[in-house]
Amino acid sequence: MTVDWSWHAVAEAFPLLLRGLVVTLEITVLAALLSYVLGLVFAVIRMSRIPVLSQLTFLFIEAVRSTPLLVQVFMFYYVLQSQTGILLSAFLSGVIVIGVHYACYTSEVYRAGIEAVPKGQWEAATALNLPRGRVWTSVILPQAVPRVLPALGNYTIAMFKETPLLLGIGVLEMLNRAKEYGAETFRVLEAYTLAGVFFLVISYIASVMVRRLESRVGTL
Amino acid sequence: MPSHGDHGANAETSSAAAQSDVMISFDNVDKSWGENHVLKKLNFHVKPAEKVSIIGPSGSGKTTILRILMTLENPDEGVVTVDGDELWNVERGRRIRRETKQMKLTRRKIGMVFQQFNLFPHLSALQNVMEAPVRVLGMSKDEAHERAKELLDMVGLGEHLNHKPPKLSGGQQQRVAIARAMAMRPKVMLFDEVTSALDPELVGDVLDVIRDLATSTDMTMLLVTHEMRFAEEISDRVVMFDNGVAVEQGPPHKIFKDPDNDRTRQFLRAVLEH
Repeated sequence: MTVDWSWHAVAEAFPLLLRGLVVTLEITVLAALLSYVLGLVFAVIRMSRIPVLSQLTFLFIEAVRSTPLLVQVFMFYYVLQSQTGILLSAFLSGVIVIGVHYACYTSEVYRAGIEAVPKGQWEAATALNLPRGRVWTSVILPQAVPRVLPALGNYTIAMFKETPLLLGIGVLEMLNRAKEYGAETFRVLEAYTLAGVFFLVISYIASVMVRRLESRVGTL
Repeated sequence: MPSHGDHGANAETSSAAAQSDVMISFDNVDKSWGENHVLKKLNFHVKPAEKVSIIGPSGSGKTTILRILMTLENPDEGVVTVDGDELWNVERGRRIRRETKQMKLTRRKIGMVFQQFNLFPHLSALQNVMEAPVRVLGMSKDEAHERAKELLDMVGLGEHLNHKPPKLSGGQQQRVAIARAMAMRPKVMLFDEVTSALDPELVGDVLDVIRDLATSTDMTMLLVTHEMRFAEEISDRVVMFDNGVAVEQGPPHKIFKDPDNDRTRQFLRAVLEH
């Protein structure tokens, strides 16, 4: 078997994939921000034991964690649209679904980080009569958040690698660009290899950075 | 020097009737942890400005008294008042609301220093002391800053204002914690084995600070302590706790030199030998 590899095709596909990569990174960044904020909200709601709301949040998290991301993408983009008439772009739908999906994981990360703050910190805050909200913002979160940064970093990398699922609803992210190029030129080998290399390089660099962060936070 | 002999386990002074004469009252307060009955129908009253040390073997319920006052634990039954206001009024078996408005208001009159200091590690000494006056009392930052500096000076840490707790020794941290509690101008201060976690050579500085407070302020002070000589020196009254019951109480010279109760004698012999 001989491999028919064309550097010309690589050069041709490169700018196309780069454009796709920009979309991939945009989705990753926006979904990640959403998951950081929403995950924290979920964690605080659950840990504050607000009646009904805490239980609902728990059920929602369990449901999201127990179903595939692609099913959620389809449910949100196609079903929601056909049932309610709300029309969101594929890009925005992708950001929301990935962000909310990963918020259900980051909320667990926050929870662990918050639980790692010694009980005495809550007690000291109570003894000083700090209002509930202040206890979170001035005492608990400043101690919890640095500890969870590496885990958030790892989930961000995971989100980056999940973006190709959005091909299913037609988002022109990197894999979709590769598919497009392959379909037009029949040069699938170069197109998908290139997409794979992009993912590999970026994920690898990011995970090295996360590991560095981990060792820094660990020595705090 | 008033006699403290009438402060026994009888609860004839109802807190409402003699408000000005009672700062803290426990009436029929009961608390269990599963099988462990830590407070048995406790009746215990403290006068304004009185300095009371609570001694006794560990697990005898001493710390629970302070934690109930700070609303960190709830009693299973009984009434607790502070400065004439009800902090707890619990009927056995009734579900307890974790926090009432009254509780919050009353709790403001109380400060607590913990065995493990519990300083906020991400804030400097100064910020630790400033946080509550600004957030709770609504003090301006400038004013809180001035006051925090004064308090840290008072506890001998004027040179360490901007250090974060991990950079301070245990004794220094505990003194910051005292300053932090003082910043709220409490009427009642609770000291929960505040030197137990310290290296022996650091204990003295912390005790000096507490001694100063005891002699120079009219705060009501409640100390759970294993420092017997210190308790003898600064207390108006010493209460010996064992097995959820105040087995004996009285002026320090009486308790330490001539206790009536066998358990007190045994306990003191055991701790003073070391």
